[in-house]
Amino acid sequence: MKEIYKKSNILTDAITHYCPGCGHGIIHNLVCEVVEELGIMEKTIAIAPVGCAVLAYDYWKFDTTEAAHGRPLAVATGIKRARPELIVFTYQGDGDLAAIGTAETVHAANRGENVTVIFVNNGVYGMTGGQMAPTTLLSQKTATCINGRNAKRDGYPLKVSEMLAVLDGVCYIERTSVHNPGAVIKTKKAIKKAFQNQIEKKGFSMVEVISQCPTYWGLSPVEAVEKIEKDIIKKVPLGVIKDV
Amino acid sequence: MSDKDKKVLITGNEVIAEAAIRAGCRFYAGYPITPQNELTAYMSRHMPEAGGVFIQAESELAAISMVFGAACVGERALTSSSSPGISLKQEGISYLAGCRLPAVIVNMSRGGPGLGNIAPGQADYFQSTRGGGHGDYRTIVLAPNCGQEFFDLTRLAFDLADEYRMPVLILGDGVLGQMAEPVKLKPGIKYEPAHQKKEWALTGNKTGKPKIIRSLYLGQGVLEKHNLELKKLYDKIEQEDVRSESFYVDDSEVVLVAFGISSRICKKVMQEARKEGVKVGMIRPITLWPYPYEIISRAAAKKVKFLVVEMNMGQMIEDVKLAVGGKAEVHFYGRTGGEMPQEKDIMEKIKQVIK
Ligand SMILES: Cc1ncc(C[n+]2csc(CCOP(=O)(O)OP(=O)(O)O)c2C)c(N)n1
Repeated sequence: MKEIYKKSNILTDAITHYCPGCGHGIIHNLVCEVVEELGIMEKTIAIAPVGCAVLAYDYWKFDTTEAAHGRPLAVATGIKRARPELIVFTYQGDGDLAAIGTAETVHAANRGENVTVIFVNNGVYGMTGGQMAPTTLLSQKTATCINGRNAKRDGYPLKVSEMLAVLDGVCYIERTSVHNPGAVIKTKKAIKKAFQNQIEKKGFSMVEVISQCPTYWGLSPVEAVEKIEKDIIKKVPLGVIKDV
Repeated sequence: MSDKDKKVLITGNEVIAEAAIRAGCRFYAGYPITPQNELTAYMSRHMPEAGGVFIQAESELAAISMVFGAACVGERALTSSSSPGISLKQEGISYLAGCRLPAVIVNMSRGGPGLGNIAPGQADYFQSTRGGGHGDYRTIVLAPNCGQEFFDLTRLAFDLADEYRMPVLILGDGVLGQMAEPVKLKPGIKYEPAHQKKEWALTGNKTGKPKIIRSLYLGQGVLEKHNLELKKLYDKIEQEDVRSESFYVDDSEVVLVAFGISSRICKKVMQEARKEGVKVGMIRPITLWPYPYEIISRAAAKKVKFLVVEMNMGQMIEDVKLAVGGKAEVHFYGRTGGEMPQEKDIMEKIKQVIK
């Protein structure tokens, strides 16, 4: 039988702790495939977040450090400035990147740090039990807005990619998703570009991946990907936000 | 005078920066705060000349995390701040301790709590010596009291940090940081990229076996095991790395105990008192952790009286009492809110204690 698809060699054989239908596993695999294809494994350093992907180092074979919640881009700055020859990427959730780590994110982007950011936006705080995140959509129900996010009380979903795109230090931002095979292929292309940019020393590159969280959206895995298609990407459009 | 013995007039803040560069530090990140601004400014000029990295960070949270990043790849890294900024750095210091990463942190402390003032203070003793951030850990705390010691102990701080793979704190204050003193600048070590000697440093996975830097240990008993490894390290440091200086302890009625700038004032008081025939000695802890409990405890057995002098409401006195264990009288004289103890007031207190 011809093997037409297999997981990346950079992934370990560990069984992940991710929930059924979670997008993290797909995104891990894409990052690993891209690094493998670019042949940069031996000089790549990963920064794992505090969030559902906190144990990413159990699932991939990159030399990896953890970072305090919200601080991956400050840690990435330290690594990349100390060893510019390394390829450095952060892997962060929306709470990590756009709430507690907003300052670190904005300033790393504004300094034009030559790093790659994989920003996994699942619209909730998965790790801590599905609370409201900065990216939670209006009327979306979470553990801390059980009647749905209310702009008066909770403010609006933070358009963090659009915010970062206006900064001069930013080279590339694209929003993608992994809710169907076509979307996965586009995400892989975007991730590849974000690494390629770093290799070419072009500056701060980020891929925002809209990722399904069936558990804390209160949906089945199938319903969750349908929600992305029918609802989320209508409100948070996919595509290139900045490319210079 | 040979060039070797030449001294330069330099502030404490600047001498730390120069000593760090000469100790092979090639990474500095900081955020402005008085009274340590001269250190950041010096680094901004001289670190690039040395081929190192200088970053003015967006906050102390970011600065310590940048240092964390540089430490991950084996670089000798430094950050500095003053009290309110050190509070913010505690997150990163706890992570450095948990991840077993070496780094040096300077606190030129000022009056607190809150924004306090920008006058010199020693009110961060508890924070410095009790870990400071969350969790079960220690940091080595060095407390120099003059420019030369800032130079010498800065180099030592980097050596200890690397040897034990842990954060080391240098605790000064606004006076020591901003006062210029003559200092002999010893030649630098030959710069060798530190990571080549640190087998744990991240390099990119070249062997198939990834290196992981983490402080997260889930599962029953796993974190306890990790922490007990730390404990072993801390026990060794308590055995081997206590530093202090003593004067006339065997021939004293009253022994002053003071560190940092307070010890400079106390030394002067001691000398004046002895001229008057009052038998005053002094113990000066140079490491605040590990603390010189033994030296104090031995002095206590000789039935001297202790007078602890600090620029706070009484923090180190708790360690002195621990060391003394009820075997001798322990008195306190302190000024708080950024005020300095005056020689005549200390003298007055000594006389009360003797009575
Ligand atoms: C300083 C600090 N505050 C809070 C937490 C608790 N915490 C852990 S993960 C998390 C949220 C993670 O959400 P997100 O970044 O969106 O990632 P996800 O879990 O959804 O993948 C929080 C609040 C922490 N570990 N540290």
